[in-house]
Amino acid sequence: MKTILRSKSKEVIIDTEGPVTIIGESINPTRRKKLVSTLQEGDFGYVLELAKSQINAMADILDVNVGFPGVDDVKLLPETIVQLQNHFDVPLCLDSPNPKAIEAALKIIAGKCLINSVNGEEKSINAILPIAKEYDAAVIGLTMDDDGITNDPYKRLAIAEKIVNRAVQIGIKEEDVIIDPLAMAVSADPHACLVTLETIRLVHEKLGLNITQGASNISFGLPDREMLNIAHMVLSIRYGLTCPIANPEKITAAVRAADLVLGRDDFAIRFIECSQNLRH
Amino acid sequence: MEVLLEKLYEAVELGKVDKKSPYPPQLKDQDGAYELAGKALEQGFKPDDILEKALIPAMAIVGNKFSRKEIYVPQMLMSAKAMSGAMIHIKPFFQSGETKRKGTFIIGTVTGDLHDIGKNLVAMMVEGGGWEVIDLGVDAGSDKFLKALSENPAAVIGLSALLTTTMETMKKIVADIKAQSASSKILVGGAPVTQDFCNKIGADFYSPDPQGAVNYLNQLVS
Repeated sequence: MKTILRSKSKEVIIDTEGPVTIIGESINPTRRKKLVSTLQEGDFGYVLELAKSQINAMADILDVNVGFPGVDDVKLLPETIVQLQNHFDVPLCLDSPNPKAIEAALKIIAGKCLINSVNGEEKSINAILPIAKEYDAAVIGLTMDDDGITNDPYKRLAIAEKIVNRAVQIGIKEEDVIIDPLAMAVSADPHACLVTLETIRLVHEKLGLNITQGASNISFGLPDREMLNIAHMVLSIRYGLTCPIANPEKITAAVRAADLVLGRDDFAIRFIECSQNLRH
Repeated sequence: MEVLLEKLYEAVELGKVDKKSPYPPQLKDQDGAYELAGKALEQGFKPDDILEKALIPAMAIVGNKFSRKEIYVPQMLMSAKAMSGAMIHIKPFFQSGETKRKGTFIIGTVTGDLHDIGKNLVAMMVEGGGWEVIDLGVDAGSDKFLKALSENPAAVIGLSALLTTTMETMKKIVADIKAQSASSKILVGGAPVTQDFCNKIGADFYSPDPQGAVNYLNQLVS
């Protein structure tokens, strides 16, 4: 299954049969207080800096989240998108809980982007899916619903199925739905990552869709977080993760190594390219 | 006799819940907090002494070690579990009125936010500090906080948020609580929260770690 995203002139294919695509997570104000202070002053320099360093670290797509207290994100999200698209030719992922901000950004964005996100709640489905359809965007479906977050992988699968069915019903192509199995901190529950891995396996086998996850928080509250994130990442890839939302500066090398190990990198071209790029 | 309380202190500090618990390995087959608290009562220690000399100081050292990054979340959870094991024996004395808690603390993760680990850690540490905790869970709005506060008018309130997009709702909840009960103290915390933000929204206290919240609460009643 292929999900195709586009920037002004470039196409990125997220492919269940191909190598892993990385969605850079760093343009996000949570834990990045400098982003808030610069954006409050209308200064986009730091956003552009974060975009550049992630692209240099081989991010394929950039997640863009500019939500913080007091912000008018209906105005700021499109403004940030314009700045990013003026400087970089990379597909974007619009990350906001506010459907109005998403729609405002979709109106001005060039190419085909990804929406982060819809979930199984009726309110969310009714607010986000029609916008995705109208503006021809792909959409991430979080496997939680009106009952909150379940620890049962089969229930998470059922929520994924519901989201994709509802999307198809209103005319969104199946391949334009990417599932997020949810990743919770393993410090609070030793089986948290296993539930995620099992959900990935089920979604991959039963629905065949592309799968993303923002997994940097699985290591919350533990030492050696990068090592833990890498272990979770490569196992997730084996089970069917195709487009993680992560910090490329920390994860690209492990992702490329996993692709090579799984036979998705002929002559190790991408692995070698990564190694040479990151060394300089 | 005091040796027993020292052992109980150690069991909570190291997270030895009960005799059959395999953690930590160096205390294998030894009594855990559950057994030690029971024995302490049998030997005539007052519940207040068990709390003040063993359980509360043990949880305080755990909180301080966590603040200094000497231990991590799972170890803190084990200690809280050991504390709960000991509390099984102590709780009847709260109900009978023989022992009193320092006060009541109402805590919840704010509307739109489902992250509960930070909130749970603070709840456990505050409970371990000798307070009664009312946990409103996640996605809790003004209505829930106001209802709990009307049932416990003297309670202190804690608001948690992990996302920059949900910390905004803290402002509304603080305003709603202060409108109903201007003298109620409100603590705020969570990854994106800062002292500056706390001041701006009119909350009373911010701490970057759970132990800071415990210390603040204790200072309110000291």
